Amino acid sequence: MKVSLFITCIGDIFYVNAGKASVELLERFGCEVDFPVTQTCCGQPAYNSGYHEKTKAAAINMINSFEHAEYVVCPSGSCAYMFHEYESLFKGDSKWEEKAGKLKQKTFELTQFLTEILGVEDTGAEFHGKATYHSSCHMTRLLGVTEAPFKLLRNVKGLELIDLPNRHDCCGFGGTFAVKMSSISEQMVDEKIEHVEETKANFLIGADGGCLMNIGGRIQRNEKSIKVMHIAEVLNSRGEA
Amino acid sequence: MPMHIGEKEFSSRVNKGLEDDFMRGAVRSAQGRLQTNRAKAADELGDWEEWRYLGQEIRQHTMENLDFYLKQLSEKVAERGGHVYFAETAEDANNYVKQVINKKNAKKVAKSKSMVTEEIALNDALEEQGCEVVETDLGEYILQIDDHDPPSHIVAPALHKNKEQIRDVFKDKLGYTNTEKPEELTLFAREQLRKEFLAADVGITGCNFAVAESGSFALVTNEGNARMVSTLPKTQITVMGMERIVPTWEELDVMVSLLTRAAVGQKLTSYVTALTGPKDETEVDGPEEFHLVIVDNGRSKILGTEFQEALHCIRCAACINVCPVYRHVGGHAYGSIYPGPIGAVLTPLLGGYEDYKELPYASSLCGACTEVCPVKIPLHEQLILHRKKIVEDEKKSGFGENVAMSGFGIMAGSSRLFNTATRMAPYLVTPYAKDNAISKGPGPVKPWTDIRDLPVPQKERFRDWFKSRKTGG
Repeated sequence: MKVSLFITCIGDIFYVNAGKASVELLERFGCEVDFPVTQTCCGQPAYNSGYHEKTKAAAINMINSFEHAEYVVCPSGSCAYMFHEYESLFKGDSKWEEKAGKLKQKTFELTQFLTEILGVEDTGAEFHGKATYHSSCHMTRLLGVTEAPFKLLRNVKGLELIDLPNRHDCCGFGGTFAVKMSSISEQMVDEKIEHVEETKANFLIGADGGCLMNIGGRIQRNEKSIKVMHIAEVLNSRGEA
Repeated sequence: MPMHIGEKEFSSRVNKGLEDDFMRGAVRSAQGRLQTNRAKAADELGDWEEWRYLGQEIRQHTMENLDFYLKQLSEKVAERGGHVYFAETAEDANNYVKQVINKKNAKKVAKSKSMVTEEIALNDALEEQGCEVVETDLGEYILQIDDHDPPSHIVAPALHKNKEQIRDVFKDKLGYTNTEKPEELTLFAREQLRKEFLAADVGITGCNFAVAESGSFALVTNEGNARMVSTLPKTQITVMGMERIVPTWEELDVMVSLLTRAAVGQKLTSYVTALTGPKDETEVDGPEEFHLVIVDNGRSKILGTEFQEALHCIRCAACINVCPVYRHVGGHAYGSIYPGPIGAVLTPLLGGYEDYKELPYASSLCGACTEVCPVKIPLHEQLILHRKKIVEDEKKSGFGENVAMSGFGIMAGSSRLFNTATRMAPYLVTPYAKDNAISKGPGPVKPWTDIRDLPVPQKERFRDWFKSRKTGG
């Protein structure tokens, strides 16, 4: 099965290890992974800020980059969902609306792809540690991926997975919200970290680079010892934690 | 601006909210309770999602045929001997009510809870002409006693106060001597209010739903105060937003079920009062004279636009009760009597972008609001639509942001530029980086690093690794 990886700008620049782990995971389950080099950013920061005209060039570039892909897999629920939004971005422009519709049909978030398309629930991973999982808002509420990460994590050997209290609360990232309304965002991320601390977990696992950058950045600022990891790294791990 | 509350600047209101630990504690615990109760009441139905679809369909159908149902409603009210007045503006509505009150030479008005009368600032208008207005909903009563503290929530207006604060208000203003136990506080308020119901010349109610087919009005309360307001005074005035209408009693059944479950997690509230016009010869109870005031105040301008779904709102506050932004800043920070996600959608529509352009940004777009809305208003999408309007039509987004987004748009639209920029990034931030983190970022990065570290862009990007891996074998 041929899979085209949509790495996301955050994944390309900041969380390179999560990307590497995603490739290795997909290859382990027989996928031939391709990386369309013309890909950039999905345009979500501009789209969610209301700059829809200015989002279109990014969207067109992405639609073109993945036009010939069989499956598009993305290690971020939020960015994968942005591909689903292109249809409404181009509403009324039949050429691009149609292309956007096709892209939407073949775009999946990584854990969604592993469980729904590849039928994998056990990645054979081994990771020793006490961890909790942050469900990101766009992945669960908008993309509708709620169970896949848990199915996969529960089968990781050595992993003690603890429920995160109030796990459906937003971490306060929200793209430009984090900088535009930083004082409110600060309270939200602190509340999230309080809940993570309640679990006494050593690792916080997430499936979205944006949330991880926000929670991880705040954890680092406040010199807390919790380590933040992308789910792909955990699922690809072979006991070296 | 009648519906405006608090200081003018959004940022000062937010800071005030963030610094108010009492308020935040009260909101946090109330939200927790309301969220759990709502979820339980929704699950109990078994097929909550189908109920939501039904609710959405009913609201959509009603809005699409609003002219028909409003005509039917007013005809039915008139048939029963009631008076109907269509108020285009807040001022028109207030003037009509004032006129009725003057004619009756009324000195005292008892009111049951109504958001639309808050929106048009009816109390101020009546007090200006020397009429005494008594709020009889417990929450509204507390706020009125407390020097007209504005509501911070559309269902539980005094949600921002804890019981100790309420005890102190009663103590300072009314000489209350008992404890902060809710039962004692309520009993005390009940004693005070009973006298007011009996003394009032005119009763003013809001309207949860008007039933077009019979010209009836349904009021949903847990205190029974709406029933007292609508039966004891000789004259009754019901004020409704023009969208608060259902075609028949059958739809009312669905909407009330959705409302009480979504709002307070109850199958049904203690009282659902239904009124149809003034009393006739065969009836013992009820007002002798009935007036209906239908308020437009900007609503008809929303009809037919991309924001029409905002008019589907049934004021249950479920979106407010799950909103993390509301939890931290409180209702007053929104500067409007309509706070939270629905307030951030509705307030700029009714009050304009000039005063409320920040509200659509007071959301992380987490979608919790959209998920709980019993009539499926896509609240977070409506917020994005507002942003789009502010940016692309009103051009009110600010020069800096506009330049930054233009730059971003061009870069994200060109693989060549994106590639160059991301390759250069690690070198550009070198002066700011320490231990693989940036803790004091320059320019646009500053608001991020004011509260959290930023990871350092990697010199070997994912794309570089992927390429070398391929070529390396």
